[in-house]
Amino acid sequence: MAESTATLREYVYLDHAATSPLRAEARSAMEPYGDVLYANPSGSHRFAREARRVIDEARDVVAASIGCKPGEVIFTSGGTEGANTAVLGATRRTGGIAVCGSTEHHAVLHCVEHVGGTVVPVTAAGSIDPDVMRAHLADMNNVAVVSVMAVNNETGAISDLEHISHAVRRQAADAIFHTDAVQAACWIDLHQLWPFVDVLTLSAHKFGGPKGMGIMVIREGKHVEPLILGGGQERDRRSGTHNVAGIVGTSVALDVTQSQRAKEVVRLGALRDQLLAGLTSRISCATATLAHGAGTAGTAHVCLENLESESLLYLLDEANVCVSAASACASGAMEPSHVLEAMGISRGRIKGSLRFSLGHTTTESDIAVAIEATVAAAARLGATVS
Amino acid sequence: MKVLLAMSGGVDSSAAALVLREQGHDVVGVTMRLWGGESDTGCCSVSDVDDARRVAQQVGIDHLVFNFSEEFNEHVVEPYVASHVQGTTPNPCIECNRHLKFDKLIERGRALGFEAVATGHHARVVDVDGVLRLARGADAAKDQSYVVHMLSAEDLAYTLFPVGHMQKSEVRELATSGGLRTAAKPDSQDVCFIGSTIGRAGFLEPRLTFNAATVVDGTGEQVGEVPAVELVTLGQRRGLGLGGGDKRYVVAVDVPARRVVVGDESELFISHTTVRTLSWPYGTDIQFVLDQEILVQGSAHGERHAGRVSIDGDTLVIAWSRPTRRISPGQTVVFYDATDTVVLGGGIVSE
Repeated sequence: MAESTATLREYVYLDHAATSPLRAEARSAMEPYGDVLYANPSGSHRFAREARRVIDEARDVVAASIGCKPGEVIFTSGGTEGANTAVLGATRRTGGIAVCGSTEHHAVLHCVEHVGGTVVPVTAAGSIDPDVMRAHLADMNNVAVVSVMAVNNETGAISDLEHISHAVRRQAADAIFHTDAVQAACWIDLHQLWPFVDVLTLSAHKFGGPKGMGIMVIREGKHVEPLILGGGQERDRRSGTHNVAGIVGTSVALDVTQSQRAKEVVRLGALRDQLLAGLTSRISCATATLAHGAGTAGTAHVCLENLESESLLYLLDEANVCVSAASACASGAMEPSHVLEAMGISRGRIKGSLRFSLGHTTTESDIAVAIEATVAAAARLGATVS
Repeated sequence: MKVLLAMSGGVDSSAAALVLREQGHDVVGVTMRLWGGESDTGCCSVSDVDDARRVAQQVGIDHLVFNFSEEFNEHVVEPYVASHVQGTTPNPCIECNRHLKFDKLIERGRALGFEAVATGHHARVVDVDGVLRLARGADAAKDQSYVVHMLSAEDLAYTLFPVGHMQKSEVRELATSGGLRTAAKPDSQDVCFIGSTIGRAGFLEPRLTFNAATVVDGTGEQVGEVPAVELVTLGQRRGLGLGGGDKRYVVAVDVPARRVVVGDESELFISHTTVRTLSWPYGTDIQFVLDQEILVQGSAHGERHAGRVSIDGDTLVIAWSRPTRRISPGQTVVFYDATDTVVLGGGIVSE
């Protein structure tokens, strides 16, 4: 514990949108389920029943954090599985069309493309205009699923799920409306999202839970085909032996996230503003990607025009500042961001994009160090700085 | 010294990592992602990146991946296609070394504060009378000075070839003794961005328009035809629709006229070759080359032929010491000193 905290403090970690460190509460809650309470909850003996109770309790905790019924909660292996199940499971059930926005995470976008679906363009602000969604849906018959992310993973742009939901209900009443809420959990009260959608998916490690765990919430009466068949766990909606420790860690982390969210949004939002102000005022080629005040409190996305993200990341890494740029391909190379391209941002700005994402371990000194390191890296690469 | 080592995932750059570590350098390995499309050969596949990363971990150095696929497309793939449209024979490996492996890598290395870049090429940097020069690698059979001949003295001062003084067998032994997973990996072959299953024609087909051409003999009489003049190479014997008879070779390719001329092998031998787009790394000492018989190499691992060169404006003419088989326009010739050791310069054959 002491050692890992020391390690965290040596580095400025501003990559929470990639993964957030496991919360201490989740870690200690998970501990007994490794070697003592090891039973398979699908069994019938007393140890199995004990494990089953733990999962049922965790499900109640998750439901309370979202405002859904416990029976609507399915534990999955992560955000990607949830998104795949929502999009592919819905299209397999009805044979209908899949629709999503052009800045969706690849977990959604690649599924929609895989089934030959329709990709709806976003505005320059990086979100779906409900009227544009309405117009697209008006031209289609038999829409199986519409998928719109609650918060964009690169820019932090927030979707107007309420009005998009109205458009979906009016034009495609039978469609499953799914939101990838993976990047929303830390910043937006999930109770405010759930009423507008049929399926909501989360990834535990983005809110301080363990990796390899996710949550898919599906509204009672709505159905998608399961992707994983087998022992019939999760009411036949997702087979596979329960990861008891993972489920416990997930529920605890979400509970802590929910109870701390309001004050964390204020605290980290102020730090995010400091970071953006520092970067854009001191580096002449740096601009904030979203308008001031737009986006969640946790993301500061900037473009350093005509610099190279790869070089910036290297120099920041050397200065012990961990951030990221666009998503990496299978080889680990940075790919030009499809999100920024979809927003109509110029190639020169896309090339120098950087994402700083804040979270529960972020401190004021992290922000100060990150600003100095980024200014120094930009100067090194030839930018004018002050 | 802080060294940025290009790691393709092959055995040479893997062993280079070991050599540099042994020498006490502070090494960062980088795999350059060049080709964004599909290919089952050469570098840039995910499994090659995996190999490079795992070797870096085993050797105990950092490993990064830089994406240069846009630059690779611009400087290597597009010119490769354009060259076929013009009916010339390109050498994409040389253009990759010129623009990517060295230009971009050196630029990145300098920007990021490295004191040198390194690669696993079999070549050496030698000091000739106080000037740094490129020389052949110690293993004659694996020498790669031909493909990196364009490096200037300034580039060479910033470049290390850690395995250039070694035999290939020693490289493999070193990698084996270091327990590296690339120790027995075969050498890369062919053009890295063209998969072995689709081949050159399959790669080019969606990227240019093939034109059929008539095949004529020296008298102008049609003797055959080819479906794609863009794929015909000087000296080619097969696939010309000639039927049986005497051995005949392509002695001229006229793309605009859609005409291929075939003739006797003796017609392929010439006394002079014109070279343009010179790489003359050592600046003013061109006079040094003009006054002596030198050796010329016209392909990777190709034979050397003796000749003398003269300069005419921005082109150079090689007068061969004895008739020499023609080198296709577009191919690179590299000049070596009379001992066949030190690179003097090079250029691209224009006719």
